Amino acid sequence: MPRVIQRVLPQLLTLAALMALVSVFFPDFLEITYSDGRLVGPVIDILKRGAPVALLAIGMTLVIATRGIDLSVGATMAICGACSAWAISAGYGLAGALGFAMLAGLAAGLWNGALVAVFGIQPIVATLILMTAGRGVAQLITEGRILTFNHEGLAFFGSGDILGVPMPTLIWVLLGVLVALLVRRTALGLLIEAIGINRRASTLAGINSRVLLIAVYMASGFCAAWAGIVATADIRGADANNSGLWLELDAILAVVIGGNSLLGGRFSIAASLLGAMIIQTIDTGILLAGFPSEFNLVIKAALVLVILVLQSPNLAPRFARIARRRRGTPAAGKLTTREAGE
Amino acid sequence: MLLTIRSLTKTFPGTRALDSVDFDLRAGEVHALLGENGAGKSTLIKCLTGAYQRDEGELTLDGAPISPQSTLEAQELGIGTVYQEVNLLPNLTVAENLTFGRQPTRFGMVDGRAMRRQAEEMLSGYGVDVDVRRDLGTYSVAIQQIVAIARAVTLSGKVLILDEPTASLDSREVAMLFDVVRSLREQGLGIIFISHFLDQVFEISDRVTVLRNGCRVATDDIAGLERLRLIEHMLGHELEDETREGRHAHVPSDPSERTLHFEGVGRRGLIEPFDLSVGRGEVIGLAGLLGSGRTESAEVLFGIKPTQTGTARDENGEIALRNPREAVAAGFGFAPEDRKTDGIVADLSVRENIALALQARRGWARPISRAEQNRLADHYIDRLDIRTSDAEKAVGDLSGGNQQKVVLARWLAMNPRFFILDEPTRGIDVGAHAEILRLIEEVTADGMSILVISSELDELVAVADRVIVVRDRRHVAQLTGAEVETDTIVRAIAAPDADSDEEAA
Ligand SMILES: Nc1ncnc2c1ncn2[C@@H]1O[C@H](COP(=O)(O)OP(=O)(O)OP(=O)(O)O)[C@@H](O)[C@H]1O
Ligand SMILES: [Mg+2]
Repeated sequence: MPRVIQRVLPQLLTLAALMALVSVFFPDFLEITYSDGRLVGPVIDILKRGAPVALLAIGMTLVIATRGIDLSVGATMAICGACSAWAISAGYGLAGALGFAMLAGLAAGLWNGALVAVFGIQPIVATLILMTAGRGVAQLITEGRILTFNHEGLAFFGSGDILGVPMPTLIWVLLGVLVALLVRRTALGLLIEAIGINRRASTLAGINSRVLLIAVYMASGFCAAWAGIVATADIRGADANNSGLWLELDAILAVVIGGNSLLGGRFSIAASLLGAMIIQTIDTGILLAGFPSEFNLVIKAALVLVILVLQSPNLAPRFARIARRRRGTPAAGKLTTREAGE
Repeated sequence: MLLTIRSLTKTFPGTRALDSVDFDLRAGEVHALLGENGAGKSTLIKCLTGAYQRDEGELTLDGAPISPQSTLEAQELGIGTVYQEVNLLPNLTVAENLTFGRQPTRFGMVDGRAMRRQAEEMLSGYGVDVDVRRDLGTYSVAIQQIVAIARAVTLSGKVLILDEPTASLDSREVAMLFDVVRSLREQGLGIIFISHFLDQVFEISDRVTVLRNGCRVATDDIAGLERLRLIEHMLGHELEDETREGRHAHVPSDPSERTLHFEGVGRRGLIEPFDLSVGRGEVIGLAGLLGSGRTESAEVLFGIKPTQTGTARDENGEIALRNPREAVAAGFGFAPEDRKTDGIVADLSVRENIALALQARRGWARPISRAEQNRLADHYIDRLDIRTSDAEKAVGDLSGGNQQKVVLARWLAMNPRFFILDEPTRGIDVGAHAEILRLIEEVTADGMSILVISSELDELVAVADRVIVVRDRRHVAQLTGAEVETDTIVRAIAAPDADSDEEAA
């Protein structure tokens, strides 16, 4: 376990610093109360509001680990949300709604994965196709309007809670833990990292990189399906135009803030989830601090920039070196070796 | 003194790669830098050219202190370098790679025609047939190596550094390279030459410096230096027997007892259909010039470029070989020629790299336990003498020769029944070289069958039971018994109508 902690330490520190910063502007930030059988407070709100990005970040982490990217997750969210709303209205019940949404997510992932792994299209281009076409598909399902529904069971996934904890929070935590266990308790994690670092060498070592790639995009579609379910359940309606809009970018950002390299290889799902929470803390924090809304995006961009610069591999060893010099031990930097590797 | 290095020190986490090393280079000399895998040769070069930042030490060039911060700055000072791992850009054309950073321009735009002419001129001394408009990545490692050399030669005004430049070249190309080097020496350049081929060192160098465990142990004139003494300097002890040449019995397996049969396997444009039968514990050598179809034969056998014709079968019937995965499932192993792009997974640890093929064969659902991985890693680190601070070090941070050993270990850990080795000892030092040949004998005694591809004929003679000669993408001859000798092989490779007995083995 200590190694896991060590890996996510930068993200934990960033999150703590952000929370401290928000508390300066909004002193009640850390307050959590228990009322009406549910936990309430800004922190709980972040854990709930951050659910879609956190869910997307789980799948995105795996895709990025293979040196790919999935731009279509926002659109997939819209499709899956629309599927669930349609299924509920058409009388398929809760199981039908969830089932159709998950199937749609897996199908979207299969499409992306096939384009990437079988036809060899660059991931960014391959997933761009669904990113643009996907919203159209979602609109076809909702027939161009906001498809609302009245079903307490499905709405529970967006606004319900168990033991005071919001459902969306439970869902992303649960899915995160499950996926992390799946990849780390089996050899999947290692194999995914291997094909992300050197696909050719991995294939020569006998790894079925094609199937693995497809599986990873399907995992991303599956996560997007749950994000879509949560978003749709939350507003009790499927909005094909706005559900998940631009969230693919937040998901990618979460993965990057989580310290995962866009060049593939080593990955940490826990760190990506923390990254998602960092983003949500920024979003919520800006609102709570009461800045005029036109500042929101600028402040967010500035904070993200600061975080990424502080974490950058070009800077971190430099800090380390300064620290080491202070302690008087000889310098040896990952930085210099990286440079030489070019 | 053209170039001096004084008390150069460089540490990596867990390793002191260079410990206060001194080195002098005169104008007009070829100075060989020798040492075991992981001795610190490449690190010395990289500290000198600014690719790594040194911890301590002074450099002077022409008497003036220098401290290049990047390879580019070193180039501007007149130091041209060919690194051990070719670091050109595979998806640019050959011409672009050669003229990169100094493209001829016309009206502010790159002048394509002038660039091509310039590139062709740069390559003209090496006798290679290259279309400079094609992407570099489409050419073999050897050609890429030559392109890297040609580029460095043009860039080097004062010092040329060659880190294992000949590892993937055949003797003809080496001869061409040495002609170029000699003429540069006459022009007064200082040349640093790193190689594990001692014959080449004796042929071209004026002086040698030997590193061991990051320390300089000797600097000597080559004239009057004995080979055995040199090896002793490198290893720190005597080598038991450098090669096993002449002792190997060359007993081909009995044709009736051969268990693995390939019949008429081939692929259009790559290699003409050939037959091959392999016996248990047999070592088959594959000899031929670069581009003759040696590697292509291996690629067909391992399913990388699936065969279009013919079949493979064993006692239990037909074997599917449509891709490497099926080959691995059939118990085949393949250590490729180009370890950087096809072999190592650089960011993964030594342990993970060694476990990789075995894990792939077991499937994702049955992970190899951490304890078992550690056991495998420790076993092969010890067995192949892999120099690493520990099993968790990223393979990309190992020295070139040690990376090669990790790739071998990966396949040995899987214990294949048929193991294809493409240039297995590339970049491996004399001590480890002998150790690997011994290892081959050992695993074949346990029943593993091996196909070795090598440009080093001595090596083939030392291990092979029979040798198949490949020319112009055809298996043209098979040599057995007493015919397995260096000069017979050379003749069979060269002669259009080799006086060898069996046609198309
Ligand atoms: N980037 C790096 N990070 C950590 N350790 C390194 C790095 N580069 C080299 N080393 C270590 O430094 C030592 C010297 O390596 P170097 O590459 O200089 O060896 P070498 O003499 O060139 O060997 P070879 O003949 O195998 O090429 C090795 O122990 C190696 O593991
Ligand atoms: Mg080296």
